[in-house]
Amino acid sequence: MNSFSQALDFIARNGQVPGEPQLPTLVHLTLGTVRIAWIGIGIALVIALPIGVWLGHMHRGSFLAINVGNIWRALPSLAVLAIGVAFLGLGLGNVELALIVLAVPPVITNAYVAVDGVDRDVVDAARGMGLSGWQILRRVELPLGVPLIFAGIRTGALFVVSTTTIAALTGYSGSLGDIINNEASYHLSGVLGAAICIAALALLTDLLLALIQRALTPRGATLEKHAARQEAIGPPLAEKV
Amino acid sequence: MIVFASGPVIPNFGGSSAAYACERANRLFCPNWVSQNWSTVLWPALRQHVVLTVIAVVIGFGISTTLALIAYRRGWVERPVVIVTSILYTIPSLALFELLVGVPGLGLSRTTAEVALVSYTLLIMFRNTLTGLREVPAEVRDAAAGMGMGPMRSLLRVDLPLAMPAIIAGVRIATVTVISLATVAALIDDEGLGAPILQAISNEVFKTELIVAGGMAIALALLADGLLVLLQRALTPWTKVRT
Repeated sequence: MNSFSQALDFIARNGQVPGEPQLPTLVHLTLGTVRIAWIGIGIALVIALPIGVWLGHMHRGSFLAINVGNIWRALPSLAVLAIGVAFLGLGLGNVELALIVLAVPPVITNAYVAVDGVDRDVVDAARGMGLSGWQILRRVELPLGVPLIFAGIRTGALFVVSTTTIAALTGYSGSLGDIINNEASYHLSGVLGAAICIAALALLTDLLLALIQRALTPRGATLEKHAARQEAIGPPLAEKV
Repeated sequence: MIVFASGPVIPNFGGSSAAYACERANRLFCPNWVSQNWSTVLWPALRQHVVLTVIAVVIGFGISTTLALIAYRRGWVERPVVIVTSILYTIPSLALFELLVGVPGLGLSRTTAEVALVSYTLLIMFRNTLTGLREVPAEVRDAAAGMGMGPMRSLLRVDLPLAMPAIIAGVRIATVTVISLATVAALIDDEGLGAPILQAISNEVFKTELIVAGGMAIALALLADGLLVLLQRALTPWTKVRT
């Protein structure tokens, strides 16, 4: 376990390695990772949430929404990045494009399933009370769909955080993946330290989104109750990167 | 931590022969390169990728099914298993592979890659199998008991077959996930389709190899998914009636 204590030392030194004066600090690289990731997540949400929610509200396009998610599951992120680099070359814009391409499908699919799956009786009751379509969406379907919508957002966000670091393998610099891609300078202890930081960043991102989800979920619409209505496959499972 | 195979992959990269003009210009797709390197680089990588995937899914299936069966009988087991496997699942693959390299006895090896790949299959298959078993209607179980089936026979003849669609859905997701992650595993274990991808990147971003190896990984995932759908249809013919 000696290498792990050295890794913790590396983190405590803020990513500096004796004899390597020119290295960026760990804080700098972590912030770089967070920045790239959140730009990607933000743009993906702006594109995907309205599409998924609207399709679900209209109960249309189930084939599209579900199959986009299924095909996307089969896309290895390293392969997508590699093909993207081959066609577009390397740069922040291209990495963001790959992140968005990979993050949009789970958000669309889950938002669709969430809104489409809201109990029809509840929607009918709301309509009977005189709510307009927009009011039904805002005050009934979205609150009840929060757990599943967030399942998609959390999946997409984790995907983006992981892929941001994998992008370093394709030559994109400015994230924690740089350290893993540069063992010559950082040695095993630095690589392990960076891996610990990436893992912590992913767990914290998920925790943060889980807290937001909890704050937004109305009482009585927890995922467990929702899951009971799901098909045999259970709640939609996240893709892994 | 990238270990590359020795020997040039791009024949005469930068040489003078006109036959390699496409490679030297690094065009998007050089069919000549693919045919020359198919049997030495691409086909072995594909085979290794399949082996890596099958080992991980089989071991993961064994572990997660055992855990699911225990949790089916003893409900309290579910929570700790879900917590631990969720944390494993959340850790980005790049980080987990590297963390395992630091564990004494693992290092840069196929074992390290498999440990990480297996750990990613657990949450998926455990949750799907347990959900499938729990959704077996209580009346059906009562009927099996009424027909004189013991717990073991009921499990094998009634519960597991009825849970089969959910179980295979779990295997599908796990398989595709492992195929995807095994490309990243090339970072610590130089085999599989990730190896030519990483090699192409270090080789002045050789586009043909990136596109072909990346495309093969995607095609393999889609093919495996399709085959498992066929397997599910073969194993659970009664579900066809509903859809």
